[in-house]
Amino acid sequence: MTEAGNSASVVASSAATSIEAVEAAIQRRRRSRARRDRVAALIYPVGMIAVLIVLWQAAAALFSIPSYLLPAPSAIAQAIAVNAVLLIKQSLTTTIEILLGFALSVAVGVPLALGIFLWKPFARAVYPVLIASQAVPKVAVAPLFLVWFGFGLLPKVLIAFLIAFFPIVINTAMGLAMVEREKIYLAQSMGLSAFATFRKIQLPNALPSIFAGLKISITFAVVGAVVGEFVGGQGGLGYLLLIANGNMDTALLFAGIVGLTVLGVAFFAVIGLAERLVLPPHAVESTSFGRETM
Amino acid sequence: MNNIGAADDAYLRVENLSKVYTTRDGEVRALNEISLTQRRGEFLSHVGPSGCGKSTLLMIAAGLVSPSSGVVRVSGRKVDKPRTDIGIAFQSPVLLEWRTALGNVMLQAEARGFDRKESEGRARELLGSVGLGGFEDKYPHELSGGMRQRVSICRALIHNPDHLLMDEPFGALDALTRDQLVLDLQALVSERRMTVLFITHSIAEAVFLSDRVVVMTPRPGCIDRIIDIDLPRPRTLAMRETPEFAAYSRQILDMFLARGVLREH
Repeated sequence: MTEAGNSASVVASSAATSIEAVEAAIQRRRRSRARRDRVAALIYPVGMIAVLIVLWQAAAALFSIPSYLLPAPSAIAQAIAVNAVLLIKQSLTTTIEILLGFALSVAVGVPLALGIFLWKPFARAVYPVLIASQAVPKVAVAPLFLVWFGFGLLPKVLIAFLIAFFPIVINTAMGLAMVEREKIYLAQSMGLSAFATFRKIQLPNALPSIFAGLKISITFAVVGAVVGEFVGGQGGLGYLLLIANGNMDTALLFAGIVGLTVLGVAFFAVIGLAERLVLPPHAVESTSFGRETM
Repeated sequence: MNNIGAADDAYLRVENLSKVYTTRDGEVRALNEISLTQRRGEFLSHVGPSGCGKSTLLMIAAGLVSPSSGVVRVSGRKVDKPRTDIGIAFQSPVLLEWRTALGNVMLQAEARGFDRKESEGRARELLGSVGLGGFEDKYPHELSGGMRQRVSICRALIHNPDHLLMDEPFGALDALTRDQLVLDLQALVSERRMTVLFITHSIAEAVFLSDRVVVMTPRPGCIDRIIDIDLPRPRTLAMRETPEFAAYSRQILDMFLARGVLREH
């Protein structure tokens, strides 16, 4: 190779390695930024809550707000500590109601959605009735359930189910229906049977929508369980709230609310985790605030 | 069955095909008594303005849409339900977002019950031949538009179909990607000696790729004329500058001007 050729190839190869080095450096920076983002996603909200709690505590002390009106966070923490066993026991009761109500919602909601999707006469008959039924305030129906089903577990589960099943039906049906027409054409040209088309195309396509419905549904199930306990309670966190309210023990009331919130967040997170496991990376794209674009 | 002269090897036969759609504004005649034939191994393009029924014709030829009147025959047999002996590609790649590039191509093989290992090997080879080697495990959202379209083309070829139907597959891509994919398509198609029905808006693309070009009139779609492209193969990008190529393009352009598809000021 000539001298010019030699130096050109040297320049070229060093340029090549330095570009690789630059790319590697960018990759490293991107990964560490992603790590930092994940940590920040946890720290920022937790930090904000901590700040709010501190301000709350300060305000309670400064303005001498009566404890029955707005207890200080320290009082609430004490109520939680003192009543820990009670809180856990009642949480269990409510949890069972929530889970059963949610399970019933899925067991009824998904087949309903499938029926609506697959069979047009069924859709025409059921869908409007379903929507109308959602206009009935479930809180008003609760006392009726008391008359019918008594004070036990069943009425709470049913109320939770009544509130929670509708998002599942809607989201599942919509998710199944909203598939690009060309995907169906493709399935036909590949000779896929109706069942195979459903299994390989329509169902996976609907999964993000279905999980969204599940997330909404579980939070509704929490509400339903509490409503049920309000109306005919003998136990559970909702019942605890009533008792605390009756005794003007607002700190305990807040403790109960904290318990319910923890339950709601925990269930939501479990479904989020399941979603992350079931769906491939494509669907779990979160909106990112403050992340730089390409 | 028809016995029209030298059409012994007529693979595709379209006979007096019409398609009328009912819309809110009344009836729309998308196709108007179209008749044509395609030989085996022939690359046949359709060019024409929007709404002239080119896509409708392709969909009917695929058996995905039924005609209002007339008939399409493939190897003498009437097309009356979705054909499975075809590979089809649309203007949008239509990839399954939850499958990787390889998974998307493999869908075609899975649907037909092919041996998994063997078809995976073929799929990887196909993807490699269009420059997607190393991208087999990427999801569609990680690929550019041109790459996704390449995946959809591989999906349409992996099962070695008799007939390749493409509805403006490069329409949504930038000019450079288009040029590359046109070359890639030519290579893939000539290697397999495929029979191709190709829809495009681009006169140059049609002249470059085809053995014959069907020029269509504005709605209601009729065939204006069918032009034989007598250029040597394989065609190169440089050929686009030759007077022969320009003459064909000019011919088609003049037809469009005459019909008012294009208007010069």
